[in-house]
Amino acid sequence: MSEPDLILDMNALVGGYGGNDILKGASLTVRRNEIVVIVGPNGAGKSTLMKSAFGLVKIRQGSVTFEGEDITNMRPDLVVRRGMSYVPQEKNVFPSMTVQENLEMGGYLRKRGIAEKMDHIFQIFPRLKERRKQAAGSMSGGERQMVAMGRALMLDPTLILMDEPTAGLSPLFIEQTFDRIIEVNKLGISVLMVEQNAKQALEIAHRGYVLAMGRNRHEDTGAGLLGNQEIAEMFLGG
Amino acid sequence: MDFTDLLQLVVYGMVLGSILTLGAIGVSLLFGILRFSNFAHGDIMTFGAYTAFVVISVFHGPVWLALPVGMIGGALISIIADQLVYRHLRRTQPVILLISSFGMALIIRSIIQLIWGTQDKSLVKGIQMPMHFGDIAVRPDHIWIFGGCVGIVIAVHLFLTYTRMGKAMRAMSDNMDLARVTGIDAEKVIICTWALGGALAAAAGVFLALDTRLTPMMGWSALLPIFAAAILGGFGKPYGAIVGGMVIGIVSELSTAVMPPAYKPAIAFTVMVIMLIVKPNGLLGARR
Amino acid sequence: MTFELSGLASYGVFLLTMAAIYAVVSLALNVQWGMTGLFNIGIAGFYAIGAYTSAIVTSPPSTEHLGGYGMPFVVGLLAAMVMSGLIAIFVGLITINLRSDYLAIASIGIAEIVRLIFKNEDWIGNGVRGIAGIQRPISDNPLVYLAVVVVVLVLVYLTIERARKSPWGRVLRAIRENELGAQAAGKNVFRFRLEAFVMGSVLMGLGGGLYAHFIGFVSPESFEPIFGTFLAWVMLIAGGSGSNKGAVLGAFVIWFVWSGTELLTNLLPATMTTQASSLRLLLIGVLLQVILLRRPEGILPEERPHVGASPVSSTEIEDEAAE
Repeated sequence: MSEPDLILDMNALVGGYGGNDILKGASLTVRRNEIVVIVGPNGAGKSTLMKSAFGLVKIRQGSVTFEGEDITNMRPDLVVRRGMSYVPQEKNVFPSMTVQENLEMGGYLRKRGIAEKMDHIFQIFPRLKERRKQAAGSMSGGERQMVAMGRALMLDPTLILMDEPTAGLSPLFIEQTFDRIIEVNKLGISVLMVEQNAKQALEIAHRGYVLAMGRNRHEDTGAGLLGNQEIAEMFLGG
Repeated sequence: MDFTDLLQLVVYGMVLGSILTLGAIGVSLLFGILRFSNFAHGDIMTFGAYTAFVVISVFHGPVWLALPVGMIGGALISIIADQLVYRHLRRTQPVILLISSFGMALIIRSIIQLIWGTQDKSLVKGIQMPMHFGDIAVRPDHIWIFGGCVGIVIAVHLFLTYTRMGKAMRAMSDNMDLARVTGIDAEKVIICTWALGGALAAAAGVFLALDTRLTPMMGWSALLPIFAAAILGGFGKPYGAIVGGMVIGIVSELSTAVMPPAYKPAIAFTVMVIMLIVKPNGLLGARR
Repeated sequence: MTFELSGLASYGVFLLTMAAIYAVVSLALNVQWGMTGLFNIGIAGFYAIGAYTSAIVTSPPSTEHLGGYGMPFVVGLLAAMVMSGLIAIFVGLITINLRSDYLAIASIGIAEIVRLIFKNEDWIGNGVRGIAGIQRPISDNPLVYLAVVVVVLVLVYLTIERARKSPWGRVLRAIRENELGAQAAGKNVFRFRLEAFVMGSVLMGLGGGLYAHFIGFVSPESFEPIFGTFLAWVMLIAGGSGSNKGAVLGAFVIWFVWSGTELLTNLLPATMTTQASSLRLLLIGVLLQVILLRRPEGILPEERPHVGASPVSSTEIEDEAAE
């Protein structure tokens, strides 16, 4: 089944980081203009599944296809060139460099138009424009998250991967972050994210996957998962 | 021992400090980006100095030409060492790289001895008349060394701050994983880092030979004070190395007022050890 | 009573004796690096301290240097070990918990300071002129001395093997492979590391003492840090770091290779004698790189792999804690 809308197709992945397999046959798809969320208990392999798309995990079985191309186990710096961006959960900025320099690094591979792209990013994140000369490491968690997202947008990706974007943020910032994600999505960029704040994430998601012990447990629309009592009790927690 | 004597020692200290600074910036740069203490750094200094020597003695080139040629020599041999050996050891424990660089130091030194022999040489012929500022004597060489150091440091600063590759190097130094994720070509940055580190080492070597003599062991003898300077300024922080270099240089020279000059490296080392106990991250804070 | 050996046999005895002395040093390094993960490049320092101490303690009185206690060989060796141990405690207290790079630099610094002191403080060891006339025990016969050294080597080997298999040794391994885990299990990492460091340094001092009595002469030049230290490291890596058998094997193999290069370069025309030593150093340096690239675990690796090892299980650490 080939859907022209399907940009990311992860099929029955088995793999992990070293000797152990964290993923035991997990699958996932992302379509154009979608926000997809992966939720589940700790240790379920949520981050691992997402990172498999970016070549950060050793995949032993199964395949990862992006825009029709097989990118299973492809090196991250090559995946970036294909139009995928990744925002890690921690250490997601260059702390000694300014906001502006962080964005420049994001746009390292751009042949032209860095300045225009940066202006565009500043429109989405006006706070960053104020602080463009400030060192990223001296900013608060929420601001750093914005720098990290901005950095990931510099190459006009088709799909952006985000690992727990609201981890450790205050409720105000959590809301702002989800607002930004919706804004980014409206630009035509798909978002795949792992989230602990499952309820809020599912509220803005088109679709969601519940993962446990390296396998798919459930898949539905965001609203569908939220409405499902059983899922809520077993997997969604807070 | 009066004030002018002390001031004279400070002048010598600034000259020594310039040499140590250039060496220490290279070491810190390499550590900051590659997470690897290069024990061959001293012998790259020696190699750069001998390359400059060839320009001067064989091709009768002037010193201001010998310096950049020496720096290119330092850059080249560093890149060769990396591509032949270190590149294949990148994934192993950092200590293996240390041991390898120890061996590399010996290899480079042996090659130098094989080509040029073990005798002392002068980099530049002729005796220089010192200039006098009041009671302080300053050799023209000293001005070249200090001025050269300032010039090179400014150039490095401009490079790191304003060029694309310089920023990529800073990014990799900050967070190597994130740099890869951003699409920065790590291998290219690593080669540039070796080139820059090697060039800086070579410059330090040329200045050291200019100030003292050219011998195959000169780089290795400077290794300890250079690492001390780098650690003092915060290992992995090139700008800290400037402070570290100057402090160690001046303190080492001042120590000759009370101790035999042979103990200068010991002084550098003692300052470093005190720093490691009191403030292990150096004056400006170290990397990881 | 003199005992003459034919040229080849006498060369062979010399070879074996030096190899055996290096084997003691290699074992000592294995305690520090192989068993504990301490990167010590200051071997030459403790070796020199041991050599000079034994020389000072056993030689006849002299106005030119410290000493003249005229003590017997065994006392000399013991003094060498004690002196190295004391200095190791002092150095260790300052440096043990440093990261490997810093420890490496600090250890070079120590070795340099030791060398500078012996070179410049004439009153201790007669400066660059050194101390001569150091006696061998029992007789001057090189075969007898070889036997003495071999006996010491065997004793050292057995002691270290016991230590490696003991609970103490297992804790060291746990610390080397998973420091946080060992700490979590309540182990005083600092104490164990210090003990290993001191033990290794004591044995290096012993090696130095054996050397002093073998050659009969010590001077700062004999302890150029570059060469001896480097050779010891190549020996341990080539033989197999982590393994005591490897340490001994590496010492003999590399010493033979090193001496072999001397035979080779002797074939070169006489005009190239100064080049010869540089050539030999070059060969050894290249040999090390080849080993590191091709077979970093050495000839006789540890039973448990050293590079990229799986962490020791916490239950094993708990067993130790119960001891």
